[in-house]
Amino acid sequence: MIFKTIDKKDFNKFLEILIENNSFFAPQKIAKDKNNKPIYDLRLVNDFKEIDFNYDILKYPPRRFFLPYREAISSFEIKNSSWQQNINYETKVPRILLGLHPCDINSLNKLDKVLMLGDYPSPYYTIRRKNTFIIGMDCDPKPFCFCRSVGTHTVQHGCDMFLIDIGDRYFIEIFSNVAFDFLKKVTTKDITKKDDDEYKRIRRLKAEKFTAKIDVTDLTKILDMEFQSDVWKEWGDKCLGCGSCARVCPTCYCYGIEEKIDLKFQQAEKLKILHACTLIDFAEVAGGFNFRPERHIRLKYRYYHKHRGFVEAYEESLCVGCGRCGEACLAGITVPEVISSIRE
Amino acid sequence: MQYLGVELIKPKAAFFDFSCCEGCQLQIANNENKLLDFISLVEVVNFREILTERNNDYDIAFIEGSITRKDEIDRLKKIREKAKILVAFGTCASFGGINKLKNKFKDIEWVKKEVYGNCPIETNDKVMAVNEVVKVDFYIYGCPVNKSEVEAIVQSIALGREFRYLKHPVCFRCKEKQNICLYEMGKICMGPLTRAGCGARCPSNGNSCIGCRGPAEEPNIEFMKTIMIKNGFTERQIRDKFELFSAFKE
Repeated sequence: MIFKTIDKKDFNKFLEILIENNSFFAPQKIAKDKNNKPIYDLRLVNDFKEIDFNYDILKYPPRRFFLPYREAISSFEIKNSSWQQNINYETKVPRILLGLHPCDINSLNKLDKVLMLGDYPSPYYTIRRKNTFIIGMDCDPKPFCFCRSVGTHTVQHGCDMFLIDIGDRYFIEIFSNVAFDFLKKVTTKDITKKDDDEYKRIRRLKAEKFTAKIDVTDLTKILDMEFQSDVWKEWGDKCLGCGSCARVCPTCYCYGIEEKIDLKFQQAEKLKILHACTLIDFAEVAGGFNFRPERHIRLKYRYYHKHRGFVEAYEESLCVGCGRCGEACLAGITVPEVISSIRE
Repeated sequence: MQYLGVELIKPKAAFFDFSCCEGCQLQIANNENKLLDFISLVEVVNFREILTERNNDYDIAFIEGSITRKDEIDRLKKIREKAKILVAFGTCASFGGINKLKNKFKDIEWVKKEVYGNCPIETNDKVMAVNEVVKVDFYIYGCPVNKSEVEAIVQSIALGREFRYLKHPVCFRCKEKQNICLYEMGKICMGPLTRAGCGARCPSNGNSCIGCRGPAEEPNIEFMKTIMIKNGFTERQIRDKFELFSAFKE
């Protein structure tokens, strides 16, 4: 690992260079909630002044840049007696995402395992992942963050560079040679003993700020034992079956396929649409049979995929502890509460 | 016309308006760039807004509006006898819609006086949805109906394939558009209970979902009411939302 520091004004210069030549997404204020608290998310920026470095969290996960909610994976055109298929894997321009927190970077690492490094890699996902340059940023744990419990509060890989704010400058962890080469365009400094100490001090402070947590000790086994537990029914009575949790989840990748035919019957598209396991029509099959007609069972399987099935397959949880699902859930179903109710 | 070697079915379709604003039919008529393609899928034999000729030989009858007068009951029953498939077209036809608010009043004579004043007209005491009068084979929800959904449904008919409604709530589509939840903005919204398929048009434009498409399948109404109360909305505000189209069970 290569460490450097960069003065903030030099970093701004660095951003200007990147913004000019790339499609650049960074945190911006997008709305205010009923208490006048600003809400932030990634948006296209044309000038570094548009970037809001005071953002707390990104409202929606960056998953959409790699795994869109809906995409045409193939299109067909009928020409006379023949037909032609068109598939487009390409990304238009290299993309840069600034401001991803460790949970979001780790969510991409988990998606990589399924969609890029597994037995059936997705060319659609892979090309976007390879063509996106990611600048991660350190964060302040919020009351709903439990990433530390699932080991996603630090970044080992998955981004090109990672920034930690140490006052008037950033401490940079450089992960890729692309980032290393880019940084040659501006002035960076080698780290000093003072920087090391500051890094360690900030790390200590951050660790103390976590309040939410889940206990993952032997969780797969406990979930096995509690498969028939009445607790699921209680959560199911609250669940609205609206799928908001899956929409804001940085790691949900389940999808359905729909065929869309144009009104002239000359063209068609195969659409891949991300689905959600809590929806009533998730497990409905041809003929109308529904494998999971009950709300509490659908909710239960959501937890089993994240905290049991994925752990058995990949030796890590599919949940990154970002807490977005709990924040988005009108019924107030949060991961820490569900997991602790199962453990009791 | 064929698609993938399968001959398309081109049914004769007739549109009939009952008590309504005719806004649902207008959604078809004002869909200018696709209207010609649409009418190539079905042979329209009766459609007041786009066609002068009338023909009473049809396979599919699209019924728009709710049933509020005696003559409407007779007319609807005659249409049912002729049509192979009868479609409730829009929220008024499917649930009764706005018109059905009339049924909430105890003193119907007061309502008639308030609305029609000194120009009384013959009207039933109770407004009915189409399925309270005749058997309905298919429903197309929405106030007004969603053009692209109507197209998809008519296309399914042409292909002889089953059309599958979305059964989940509007929230799912709303979040796809990366909207900020209206509850977070301090507004009441029927999105968590209402059937998706509208593209979450209202919440995407900052307006609460008013539930025009009726309930999603197995909506969690009970707990959603608790959530609405917890978010500080009054019984009155909640009732207004639930009762507007008579689409949600009491």
